[in-house]
Amino acid sequence: MGAGHTSVLHLDHDSPVHRLPAEAKIVAMVLYTVVVVVTPRAEFAAFAGYALLIVAAAAAARIRPGWLARRATIELPFVLLAVALPFAGHGERVTWLGMSLSVDGLYGAWNIAAKGTLGVLASLVLAGTTTMRDLIGGLDRLHCPVVFTQIATFMLRYLDILVDDARRMRIARLSRGYDPRFLWQVKAFAISIGALFLRAFERGERVYLAMLSRGYTGRLPRPDRAPVTAGQWAAAALLPATAAGIAVVTVLQ
Amino acid sequence: MTPSLRIQDLHYAYPDGSVALTGVDLTVGAGERVALLGPNGAGKTTLVLHLNGILHGGGGTVEIAGARVDPRDRAAVAEIRRRVGIVFQDPDDQLFMPTVAEDVAFGPANLGVRGPELAARVDEALAAVDMSDVRDQVPHHLSFGQRRRVAVATVLAMRPEILVLDEPSSNLDPASRRELAEVLQGLPVTVLMVTHDLPYALQLCPRSVILDAGRIVADGPTPDLLADRELLHAHRLELPFGFDPAAARPAGN
Repeated sequence: MGAGHTSVLHLDHDSPVHRLPAEAKIVAMVLYTVVVVVTPRAEFAAFAGYALLIVAAAAAARIRPGWLARRATIELPFVLLAVALPFAGHGERVTWLGMSLSVDGLYGAWNIAAKGTLGVLASLVLAGTTTMRDLIGGLDRLHCPVVFTQIATFMLRYLDILVDDARRMRIARLSRGYDPRFLWQVKAFAISIGALFLRAFERGERVYLAMLSRGYTGRLPRPDRAPVTAGQWAAAALLPATAAGIAVVTVLQ
Repeated sequence: MTPSLRIQDLHYAYPDGSVALTGVDLTVGAGERVALLGPNGAGKTTLVLHLNGILHGGGGTVEIAGARVDPRDRAAVAEIRRRVGIVFQDPDDQLFMPTVAEDVAFGPANLGVRGPELAARVDEALAAVDMSDVRDQVPHHLSFGQRRRVAVATVLAMRPEILVLDEPSSNLDPASRRELAEVLQGLPVTVLMVTHDLPYALQLCPRSVILDAGRIVADGPTPDLLADRELLHAHRLELPFGFDPAAARPAGN
C-alpha cells in the first residue's frame, strides 16, 4: 500500500506510529480529542499533561517540532477569533497593562486556544504518519459510509489531474496575453473555472462508464488485509487512555 | 466455432433524437483481429458501448460468444461485461484506483475473485503488457504510453473473450505505439480495434470494416480497403502523407 502520494501533510519515513494500522490511529485521535474537549477549561494541569502526551506521540513518530509548529498555523484564523473574547466578555474584569479584560472572556479565549491547538496537533500527528490512501482504507474498515470513502478515493485520484488541467488552462490564458489587474478582468478566470467544472463533470461520466464496463455494481473492492491485532489496538489506546486518566485525576482533585 | 461477436441489424438513436446507428451487421470470428474504421461522428463509440450493454434500446441484437446481450438480465450482463473488455480512449478515465495493482484488481474483484487467485490475475495481466514493475505506483505518475498499457491490463485481468480498443494509438509517441502493437500482437484474444489510424490498422488487423453514418459500408482485407482511394475518400478516411499501403508489410504476412 506504499502509494507514493506526495502530500504536504504526510511524512514519508518509518516509525512505530507509522506502522500502526490506520483505523487504530483514527480511533485514538478521535478519542483523545473528545477527552481534551470535555475537560473543564480551568483544569490547567490536565492541559499541560495532554500537551506532554501529544509531544511524546510526535517524538515516537519522529516528527520534528518545527514541522508540527509550521503546519499548526492552520488554526490561526480560528484562534484570532478568541483574541476578541477578553475584550468583549461580560462580568468581573481585571486590569492588565492598562487594558480592562473580562475574566470570563480570558477563560473563554484560553479554552478555544488550548483545545484547538491540542486537536490540531493530534490531527497533524495522524496525518503525518498515515498516507491518504491508508486513512481512507481505515475509515472504510471502521464502517464509515461507502459514499464518503468512495468520494474521498476519487478525489485522491483525480485531484492531481484537475490541478494539471487548471495549470494548463492558466498557461494557455497567460500565453494569449491575459494579465488581470483589475476586478472586472477576472471574467476569463471565472469562465475557466466553469470550463474546469464541465470537464470534471464529463470525466465523471466517462469514468463511470468505464467502471460499469468492468462490472462495477456500486461497491469498491476492499483490499485484503490482516485485521488489527490486540497489541496494535493497545498501543494506539495508550494516547487516549492516558489522557482520560489525566482528566479523571485532575477533575477529582 | 461460435463467433466472438455477432451484431445483427443494430439501430440506435440518442434520447435527443440524433440517430447514431442505422442497421449495423458485423460478425467477428474467434481469434480474429478486426479494425473498425470510420471518421469522427460515424457512430464508432456508440457501437462499442452496445457491445457490453451500456447502451441499448434501439432495434437489433448483439451476441458475445453466443450469449445475447440483454440489459434487463443483470446476471447475464455481468457475464457479458467479463467477456467484453473495453479499453477506453483516455486511460485516465479507466484508471481510477490509487495504485496500478488495485486498478487491475478492480474488474476481477467485481467478478468475485478474491485472495491469491486475485493476486495471480493481477500479476498475469501486468506481465502480459510488460508493466509488472509499476504495480505499486500511482497511475498519475506513469507516462501516457504506460498508462494505456496498464488500461489494457485492467481488462485482460477479467480474461475477456473479445478485447475492444477505442483509438489505442491516439496520443502515443512512436516508441509507445510500437510497444503497444507488440503487446497486442502477442495476446491470444479476439480484438476489435476502433481507430482512424489506418497504418496501425494495417499493421495489426488483417481485416477491416468501415463504419459511416451509422452502418457498415465496407468489409474486407485491410490492404484491399486501404488501396481503394475512392472508398477511403468517400468516408473521410485518409492515409498519412507519404504512406503507401502496398509498400508496407500488412498484418498476418
